[in-house]
Amino acid sequence: MPPVASVSALPGAHPVRRALVPTLSARATMLAILVTTAFAVPAVASDYWLNAILIPFLIMALAGLGLNLTMGYAGQASLGTGAFMAAGAYATYNLLLRVPELPLPASLVLGGLVAGLVGLVVGLPSLRIKGFYLVATTLAAQFLIEWVLNQYPWFSNYASSSTISAPRLALAGYDLSRPGGRYLLTLGTVILVTAVAWRLVRSQTGRSWMAVRDMDTAAAVIGIPVAQAKLKAFFVGATVCGIAGALWAFAYLGTVDARSFDLDRSFQVMFVIIIGGMGSLAGSFIGAAFIVLLPILLSHVAGIVFGGAIDGGQLQNLQHILFGGLIVWLLIHEPDGLSALASRLWHRLAART
Amino acid sequence: MSFFLETLAGGLLAGVMYALVAIGFVLVYKASGVFNFAQGAMVLCAALTFVTLRERGIDLWLSGLITLAILVALAVAVERVVLRPLANRPQITLFMATLGLSYVIEGTSQLLMGASVHELDLGIPDTPIELGPIQLSQFDLAAAATAGALVIALSLFFDRTRIGLSLRAVADDPGAALSIGIRLQTLWAVVWAVAGFVALVAGLLWGARQGVQFSLTFVVLKALPVLIIGGFTSIAGAVVGGLIVGASDSLAEIYLGPLLGGSVSTWFAYVLAVAFLLARPAGLFGERAIERV
Repeated sequence: MPPVASVSALPGAHPVRRALVPTLSARATMLAILVTTAFAVPAVASDYWLNAILIPFLIMALAGLGLNLTMGYAGQASLGTGAFMAAGAYATYNLLLRVPELPLPASLVLGGLVAGLVGLVVGLPSLRIKGFYLVATTLAAQFLIEWVLNQYPWFSNYASSSTISAPRLALAGYDLSRPGGRYLLTLGTVILVTAVAWRLVRSQTGRSWMAVRDMDTAAAVIGIPVAQAKLKAFFVGATVCGIAGALWAFAYLGTVDARSFDLDRSFQVMFVIIIGGMGSLAGSFIGAAFIVLLPILLSHVAGIVFGGAIDGGQLQNLQHILFGGLIVWLLIHEPDGLSALASRLWHRLAART
Repeated sequence: MSFFLETLAGGLLAGVMYALVAIGFVLVYKASGVFNFAQGAMVLCAALTFVTLRERGIDLWLSGLITLAILVALAVAVERVVLRPLANRPQITLFMATLGLSYVIEGTSQLLMGASVHELDLGIPDTPIELGPIQLSQFDLAAAATAGALVIALSLFFDRTRIGLSLRAVADDPGAALSIGIRLQTLWAVVWAVAGFVALVAGLLWGARQGVQFSLTFVVLKALPVLIIGGFTSIAGAVVGGLIVGASDSLAEIYLGPLLGGSVSTWFAYVLAVAFLLARPAGLFGERAIERV
């Protein structure tokens, strides 16, 4: 059994309980409150909070969600996330630049779909190979795409050192270039994509993904179109990652080059879903919060403990040790990630009331 | 023509160095079915420890011995803390655990021994010598000879000793091996220690070539296509894969690079490996897995 076959990830796998209906409505209420608060945040949050914490958190969660669809739900391990994000970012950039009539959301979605097509091609070998061999083919895509974007200046509109910068972000006449606007753009996108993903994983497609993940040979035996499910998983996952990449480039950093989407980014997104929980949409958000907050927290703690006596390099080493140790610990003790922990807590609380 | 031969020979020698790293992966994979991503971190850790000891003025052989002792301790600890609790988990989980492990080893090594670039001199001169029509680096030849000796020693170790025999039993069927009384845990520790030894040799040779620094961990990324072409389970495959990758990499760099207008060495080996995979999904020498429901 793969570790990803988490009980909590399967809808209806929890024993039916009396509290089910209230829990559901309580969940919906909580979600509604959360979303409303999220939209009200720019009124109170400082630019630092928006720029350094909330925007990267939301985008990492989106990228994690994309990988989670491919890897957590459909079981197709991929280290090409960075490449998909890069494809999305550069495609959106070129659409905004060369087809200025398109509104921003359309460019974002089309850019994502271009990344999805790249993902489809990268996913083709999954029809024949699996496991690490598949991981290696996604690595090939990672290196190749980074190289192509650096090598051929057309993609970056002949900018020096192939960087791309955000054009003016605007939607229906509203300027979205300020931190508050970029935050709202990111938030809106993340909510829409999450809603679609939520429906998707509970549909026929999502169920066939999970069957393929749990054992593709068995899935084929019971008549699930395995090839179609795998390719769909790569396409949808890469599309979401592509949208995340475009947001990373334009709503978060403003100016990027292909190196912002290198192998380290792929690892980082994989860590998001290992820590948060594979096969759990909420897990992508929990993992992203963790990945974004831990370094900030660590540098604050180190500042207090060592009082500036520790340099950035050492801090990064400490951070690596912590992340690495945490990942090993989670894989041993909580293979379904922090989201499984959170959902156990939630059920305990719900059972008590 | 002699330029072509020189490129080819240089590539083949570089390939031997790749193979050296790849062998470390094969050992661990055969014994525990883990693609050990931490092998690169072990290479870095070994080279960094060795060079730090050398800079303190410790004798060459003693430094080697101390480093080896540290790597053996690391192997035992890894078996105890990471592998044992994860026994019988799916391969991809183990792979991710070694990913975490590599972060820990890299972070710790650099935290304790610094991240600056160290020079490493093994006392092997790096002067070109004439071999018929072509010139080859003496250092590369020495490295290739070392790698060759290591491959022969490892083959003998796994073919002729009891540990080697039990390793082959475990690789064949872990359950059956356990039931006839093979101590899996001891075996894992031994194999990781041997992989540590291979990492030390690789770390010294690579470190002497390009300086001991963080980029040593990237040899993992060079070794991965080698493994795919050769198959994860075969030492001979690792050597052949290394030679193929080394030769085609340097030929592609010279003859294909200018056509595409840039260095192709970051990805060429991978694309080659994918092409191999599509033709032979278990590598040239790998065993084809049979799946049952």
